[in-house]
Amino acid sequence: MSFLVITHVRKSFGGAPVVDNVSLQVPRGEFFALLGPSGCGKTTLLRMIAGFETPDSGTIAIDGETMNAVPPHQRPTNMVFQSYAIFPHLNVFDNIAYGLRKLRLPKDSLRAKVEAMLATVRLEGLGGRAADQLSGGQRQRVALARALVRAPKILLLDEPLGALDKRLREAMQLELRAIQRKVGITFVLVTHDQEEALSLSDRVAVMEGGKILQVASPRQLYERPVSRAVADFIGEINFFHATVREITAETATVNAGVLGVFALPAANLAPGIKAGDHILLAIRPEHVRFSAQGVAGEILTSTFLGERSHFHVRIPGRTKPVAVSGHAPPAGAAHLVFPPENLIGLPSNR
Amino acid sequence: MVADRGRNSHEGYVLLAPTLAVMGLALAAPLLLMAITSLKTQNGLGFADGWTLAQYGEVLGRASYRALFLRSVLISATVTLVTVGLAYPMAYFVAFHTRHKFIWLVALTIPFWTSYLLRVFAWKIILGFNGVINSGLMKLHLIDQPLSFLLYNPFAVVVTLAHAWAAFAILPIYLSLEKIDRSLLEAASDLGDSAVRRFLRITLPLSMPGVIGAAILIFVPTTGDFVTPELVGGTKGTMIANLIEVQFNAAGNWPLGAALSLVSMAMVAVIAGLFVASARAATKAAR
Amino acid sequence: MKNRSLSVYAFAYLAFLYVPVLVLPVFSFNDSQFIAFPLSGFTTRWYAGLAADTALQHALGNSLKVGLVTSLLSTLLGLTAAKAVIHYRLRGTGPALAFISLPLFIPDIVLGISLLLLLSAVGLPLSLAAMVMGHLLVCVPFALTVLIARFEGFDKNLEEASTDLGENGWMTFWRVTFPLMLPGIAASLLLTFVTSFDEFLVAYFLSGTEATLPIYIWGQLRFPERLPTVLALGAIILTVSVALVVLAEYVRNLGVKKVMVGA
Repeated sequence: MSFLVITHVRKSFGGAPVVDNVSLQVPRGEFFALLGPSGCGKTTLLRMIAGFETPDSGTIAIDGETMNAVPPHQRPTNMVFQSYAIFPHLNVFDNIAYGLRKLRLPKDSLRAKVEAMLATVRLEGLGGRAADQLSGGQRQRVALARALVRAPKILLLDEPLGALDKRLREAMQLELRAIQRKVGITFVLVTHDQEEALSLSDRVAVMEGGKILQVASPRQLYERPVSRAVADFIGEINFFHATVREITAETATVNAGVLGVFALPAANLAPGIKAGDHILLAIRPEHVRFSAQGVAGEILTSTFLGERSHFHVRIPGRTKPVAVSGHAPPAGAAHLVFPPENLIGLPSNR
Repeated sequence: MVADRGRNSHEGYVLLAPTLAVMGLALAAPLLLMAITSLKTQNGLGFADGWTLAQYGEVLGRASYRALFLRSVLISATVTLVTVGLAYPMAYFVAFHTRHKFIWLVALTIPFWTSYLLRVFAWKIILGFNGVINSGLMKLHLIDQPLSFLLYNPFAVVVTLAHAWAAFAILPIYLSLEKIDRSLLEAASDLGDSAVRRFLRITLPLSMPGVIGAAILIFVPTTGDFVTPELVGGTKGTMIANLIEVQFNAAGNWPLGAALSLVSMAMVAVIAGLFVASARAATKAAR
Repeated sequence: MKNRSLSVYAFAYLAFLYVPVLVLPVFSFNDSQFIAFPLSGFTTRWYAGLAADTALQHALGNSLKVGLVTSLLSTLLGLTAAKAVIHYRLRGTGPALAFISLPLFIPDIVLGISLLLLLSAVGLPLSLAAMVMGHLLVCVPFALTVLIARFEGFDKNLEEASTDLGENGWMTFWRVTFPLMLPGIAASLLLTFVTSFDEFLVAYFLSGTEATLPIYIWGQLRFPERLPTVLALGAIILTVSVALVVLAEYVRNLGVKKVMVGA
C-alpha cells in the first residue's frame, strides 16, 4: 500500500487548471521529486499535500487516511519553505522547538530532541544564535531541523536549495540525501533544477502545464524518456526526424534520412510507437562518437570543460548542429558515429 | 507564489468594515451636513427654512473676504516653501552624512513633544517688543530701539509655522532620500557626474515624492490654523481660519462659517492638486 | 568640502528648532510674572503653583483619558484595516485607503466644525466622547500608515510555517503574528497618543464644558499672570516626553541583546 496517494487531483485559480488531473503514488521512505519549469504546478501540488491549498477535485491520502478535510496544522506533514520562514524573533533553539511546544514535553526531553536534531543537521552549539545572525546555509538547516524534529510522516521541501551558491548547494544536496537515508522519512522535493532532482531522488515526476509527463527513476528518465518534452528537459539531447520501417520482437528498423538506416533494440522505442510512424530519434551528446568513418561533419565550436569537451558539429542535411560531448576528434575530418544501442525513439507529436 | 485568498476575502472585508464605517460616520456624514448648512441662513439659534446660495454670494462677493483668502494662500505657500526648503538640507544630512541617524531623528523630533500652543507662545516671546531677539540685540548695542516688525504680522506667522511644521517636512523627505539605492549614486559617479550634477540628476528627482508629500502635508493644514495668526499675526496677519472660527463663536453665523470652510477647502484642494500635477510633470520633463 | 558646511547647517537648524523650546524651562524658573527679558532670578514657585491648580489637573486628566482611548481605538482600527488590505486581495483597496487617509488632507478646523454640526444636528452633547471621535479622524490615518509599513515587511510564509508546525489560527497569531507586529503596534500607540494629547483645533470645537490640556492652555494665554505656571507645565511635559523616549530606546536595545535561552 503506497504511503502518499494522490488521485485525480485538479486545481485552478479561476483560469486554466494549474494542476490538471494528477495521480501519483509514493511508497514509504522514498525520496521523491517533482520536477518541472516555473508555472508547471509542482509547488501548488506540494502546497495541496501540506494543506495550504484545497484541490478542486480528487483526493490526497497519507498512510491510508484521506487528507482533504484536514487543516494544515493537523496533517502529518511538515514543510521546508523556499524562503525558509525562520521566525525572526526566536533564536535557533526556539525555532526548532517551535512545533514541539504544544506537546508539553518535560524540559529535558525537549532539549534532548532539539539537540539531537541540531547534531543531525550539523549545527551543534548554535542553539542560542539569533535568527538574523545566520548565514543562508545555516538558515536552510534550521528550517530543515525545525520540520524534521516533529517526525512527520512526509517532509515537503519547496525548492530548498535555490538561494544557495553552487558549492554550498552541492554540499547540501549530499547532506540532504544522507539525512533522508538516516531518518527514513518520506521526502517530497519540488525543484526546477534537473540535476538536483536526478542526484537526490529515488524517483522523479516530471511535470509540465499541470500534467505529469513521466514518473520514473533518474536513470530511467535519462535513458528512456517517453516524450520529447521529458527528453528535452532532462540533460541535453539531439533529435533527428525518422520513420519506423518495421518492428520485430527484438529490433526496430528506423530510416533516419541522411544519417542512414539503423537497427535499434525494440526496447528503445517509447511505448505506443508502431511501424510506419514518424518519430524523433534521439541520442545524448556523450553517446555520439568521433570516428575515422561515419557521417562527415564540420566542427563549429569546441568548449573545454575540464574532464571532457563539448562540440557543435554541422552535418549535411541538417541546420541545427549536433552536440557532441567527449574528447577531441582525431586530426583531419570529423566523422560522427551513432551507436544504435544508444538511440531512443520518441513520438513525434507531444 | 500567489496564494489565492479568494475563498477568504470575505474575512478581509469584515476586517476592513469597522474602520471604513467609523471614518464614514465621522467624516462623510459631517461634511455632507456642512454642505447642507452652508445652504441655509442663520435665524437666531437655529436656521431659517429654505435653501439659499446667499452665503456663497457673501463669501465670494466681499472684497475683504477675497483678500483674506489670497493672503491665507500666500502665507501658507510661503510657509510650505520655507519649511521644505530649510528641511531638505537637514534631511539630506541625516540620510547621507551621519552614522547616528536614529539619534539625529530623535533629536529633531523632541522639540515637537511640547505643546504646540506653547511653542507658538514661545515665538511670541522671542519676537516680541521685549522679547529675546530685541533684548539681545539691544544688549549688544546693535540697535537702540526694539524692532517692531518682528511680531504681529505675516512675517511672524510664517516663522512660527515654519518652525511648527518642520518635523512634517523632515521626516517624509528623509524617508524618500533613505530609500534611494546607493548603487544608483555610485553608477552616476562612475558614468562621469560630479557631486552637484549627480545630486541634480539623480538624488533630487528620486526624492521628489517625499518633497511633494511633505509640501502637501504642510500646505493643507496651515490654511486651517487660527492659533498662530491669532497669537502672533496681529491684524495684518489674520488668516481665513480666524474668520471661520469667529462665525462659530462670537458672530454665531454657522451657515456663513460652513460656506467659508467649504470654499477654503475646495480652494486648497484645487491648489494642492495643481501643485502635485505640475510637480509630477516637471519631474518627468526634466528627465 | 560640502560636508563641512552641511554639518554647520545641520547644527544651526537644530538650534533653530530648540530655541523656542528652551524658552519654556528658562522662563518657568524666572522669578517674575512677566515673560520678558531681563531675567529676574531663580524660583520654583510656579511649579509649586501647579499642584494647587485643580483646573489644570482636571484638564490634564481629560487629555490623558482622551489620549488613551484614542490611541487604543485608532491603533485597533488601523490594525484591522492594515491586515485586511495587505493579507487579502480585496477589490477597492486603493479607494478605501484613500478615503481613510482623507483627514490628512483636510484642515483640522474643517474636521472639527463638521463634527460639531453633526452632533448639533443629531442633538448629542459635546463631550470627551465627541472629542475621541474627532481625534479618531485625525489619528487613524497615522496608525494606518505605521501599521501598513510594518505589515508590508512581514514574510507571509511565517504564518504558514507556524500552521505547518501544528499551531491553529489563534496560537499562530499569538506566537508569531502578534510578537512581530508589536513594535509597529507600540509605535502606532505612541504616535496616536501624542497626536491626540497635543491636538487643539478639533478639540476646540468639540469640548463643551470639559477641557483638555491644550484648551486649558489656550484659555490661560490671555491671562499674563497665569503664564509662568503654564510654562512650568510645558517644561514638565517636555522632560517627561524625553525621558519616555530614552526609556523606550533603552528597553528596545535590551530586547536586541537577549542572552541565549536554552543553549
